[in-house]
Amino acid sequence: MALAAETDRPPSPPPAARARRKPLTWSRARHKALPYLLLAPAVCFELLVHIVPMLVGIWISFKQLTVFFIRNWSSAPDAGLANYRLALKFNSAIGQQLLHSFYVTLGYTVLVVAISWFLGTGASVLMQNPFRGRGTLRTYFLIPYALPAYTATITWEFMFQRDHGAVNQIIVRDLHLTSHVPFWLIGGNSFAALVITAVWRTWPFAFLVVTAGMQSIPTDLYEAAAVDGAGVWQGIRKITMPSLRPVNQVLVLVLFLWNFNDFSTPFVLFGNVPPQQADLLSLQIYDTSFQTWNFGSGSAMSVLLLLFLLIVTAGYLVATRRARSADA
Amino acid sequence: MHKTARHHRFAALAAVIAAALALSSCSSSSGGGGSSSPTGSISGQTITYWASDQGSSIADDVQVLTPELNAFTKQTGVKVDLQVIGWNDLLNRILAATASGQGPDVVNIGNTWSASLQATGAFLPITSQIMSQIGDTGRFLPGALAATGAAGKPPVGVPIYSTAYGLYYNKVEFAAAGITSAPTTWEQLIADGQKLTHGSQWGLTLEAAQTPENAHAAFVFSEQQGGSWFDSSGNPTFTTPANVAAIKELVGFMGTDKITNPSDAENSNGTEALQEFASGKAAMLMWQPAGANLAKYGMQSSAYGVAPLPFPATAPAGAQHIDSMVGGINLSVFANTKHEAAALAFVKFMTSQQTEISLNKTYGSLPSVTDAYTDPAFQTADDKVFQNVLASSATAMPEIAQESQFETVIGAALKTLYADAASGTAITDSLIQSTLNSAQQQMAAGG
Repeated sequence: MALAAETDRPPSPPPAARARRKPLTWSRARHKALPYLLLAPAVCFELLVHIVPMLVGIWISFKQLTVFFIRNWSSAPDAGLANYRLALKFNSAIGQQLLHSFYVTLGYTVLVVAISWFLGTGASVLMQNPFRGRGTLRTYFLIPYALPAYTATITWEFMFQRDHGAVNQIIVRDLHLTSHVPFWLIGGNSFAALVITAVWRTWPFAFLVVTAGMQSIPTDLYEAAAVDGAGVWQGIRKITMPSLRPVNQVLVLVLFLWNFNDFSTPFVLFGNVPPQQADLLSLQIYDTSFQTWNFGSGSAMSVLLLLFLLIVTAGYLVATRRARSADA
Repeated sequence: MHKTARHHRFAALAAVIAAALALSSCSSSSGGGGSSSPTGSISGQTITYWASDQGSSIADDVQVLTPELNAFTKQTGVKVDLQVIGWNDLLNRILAATASGQGPDVVNIGNTWSASLQATGAFLPITSQIMSQIGDTGRFLPGALAATGAAGKPPVGVPIYSTAYGLYYNKVEFAAAGITSAPTTWEQLIADGQKLTHGSQWGLTLEAAQTPENAHAAFVFSEQQGGSWFDSSGNPTFTTPANVAAIKELVGFMGTDKITNPSDAENSNGTEALQEFASGKAAMLMWQPAGANLAKYGMQSSAYGVAPLPFPATAPAGAQHIDSMVGGINLSVFANTKHEAAALAFVKFMTSQQTEISLNKTYGSLPSVTDAYTDPAFQTADDKVFQNVLASSATAMPEIAQESQFETVIGAALKTLYADAASGTAITDSLIQSTLNSAQQQMAAGG
């Protein structure tokens, strides 16, 4: 415990400052150590839950950890950069597949984040002013977010089935929009099915966050604007959106990270072998690790994914901060 | 500055060590349990048994197995802690147990995983000495025994339940179409299938999006074409003309022969084709023993018949007389069990004549030991078909360490091709060739 707490000690003061200090007495040391001791359990758990598994994952990515070594995985031979080379060799089957999945995942994430954000923001703007039944409607909107991921997705899977699904029942047999019965879970439409399901699951969160953010916008701002002759649209553009900027900055980032890593939606919808058009990276990593039992390659792909998301996050934070300081 | 950096590095290292110590003390505390020498009495010990889901639900399995386990406890004094694990989790649970060293004593495995799991070294090798301890080798069906590990190495389990593929056909729909007997060649099956396809009824149904089903079919069809998915040294040979022909034949049911509903390209949960057959929406089905499940879906046993899978009318060069893989479940003992004697006594009990009869009867599978077939329950016409297939024309899936990988890549390749066929794409030799080629590259790079 005490050892772990040492890591959190702030950087030593410069020598000049140190010289002026009184010598460290036992009671002073005890006094100073107290906050760290109180923090120690949290630090320990953080290490156990996040840092150690992440380090182990990175370590595995440099190992040839296949079925032959999982029993005694510390004896797996070194792979050097071979796992990374395999993943990044874009003219081989695996590298090509991975690059394809990367583009699909990127397209999927951008679409889901954009649509979810528009729906969430639109709904919260419409519900900004009180009306009868607003509370009920808000609760109703949040249901998809409260449902367990599996339950929600498997319901969509049933609805998208070609012969017995509700979607085809409505668009083909009830509304006669098309004469041929389309597939949703295989082929080109599977990407649309995936995006629809993910948006349905994600937008309530955007709605929740934006609604919360709007509570802090003072109503007299709108009143003053109305006196000056501003319409509803100008109110949204000039007051609501700028006030929501810090909220949106975090919201878009979080939505991006969640959806880029999303595993349960495609897995429940398509099983472990998704259609080409909806082949997300997380499923590729799962297949490499748990179907072909090549944990080294799977970890290398995970590390690459992590690096990409780190770069995106850092770039995004820098860009949004710069934009904000340019505004100010 | 330099000193501070080093100090920090030391502190970080110490923290990691502390965390590791905390971790290891956690895990070792749960590992306790009375170990005993193999010569001592096994009475009073408790073993953990992971059973696979053989019944209609996990609760159903618990109900079926509990009386047997109680009988075992009464006989030997060994208590059995039963956990039934669903098929989707079983392999991953076994892998986790293998990696952590914390696992059950006895476990059910799908027999196609034998060689893969054998390669991990997780299971106790069943030497001839152990074999005689749990019952003579001569009792087990040779085909089922072949699916317990790679050739030339001691097997890592013994078969407990056996199955094979057969052709289920709807007698009522056959009679209505004027067909008097089950097809024995694929050409006949296609002709019959076309007569049976009309309105909302289809000739043949497939579980076309399910990886293991696809892999098993690809294996059998390749054998019949004189092909092989691996050469003698275990390297993949996916793109041979025989394999292309095999895949073309399979996808052709949907694409060119039009006897399979294109919607079957979505069937993935392992029961959809079965339900289509049971409800009469399809007249034929290639499946492992399904009597119990068909009854559950409301199909009378008089309404269907079972025949062996057909063969090509003229056998291609090098064709094997194979119409099924050897399906089944094996019973394996974890190598790091602390109760080896008790675990082996349990294996002996589970594969005894009496237990084999009672469990296979309930589950609708076939016994893996010859002496259990004396029971009249296994003398029905349907069971006889499967027994004959198992005895004379079934062979084990490739017994190589990458077997599970093979099932994944070939199953996925077929799923993609079925999806193409369903959406109207022409399935040409070159499309199959390139799909198989990329599957082979994945296979080669993954190992």
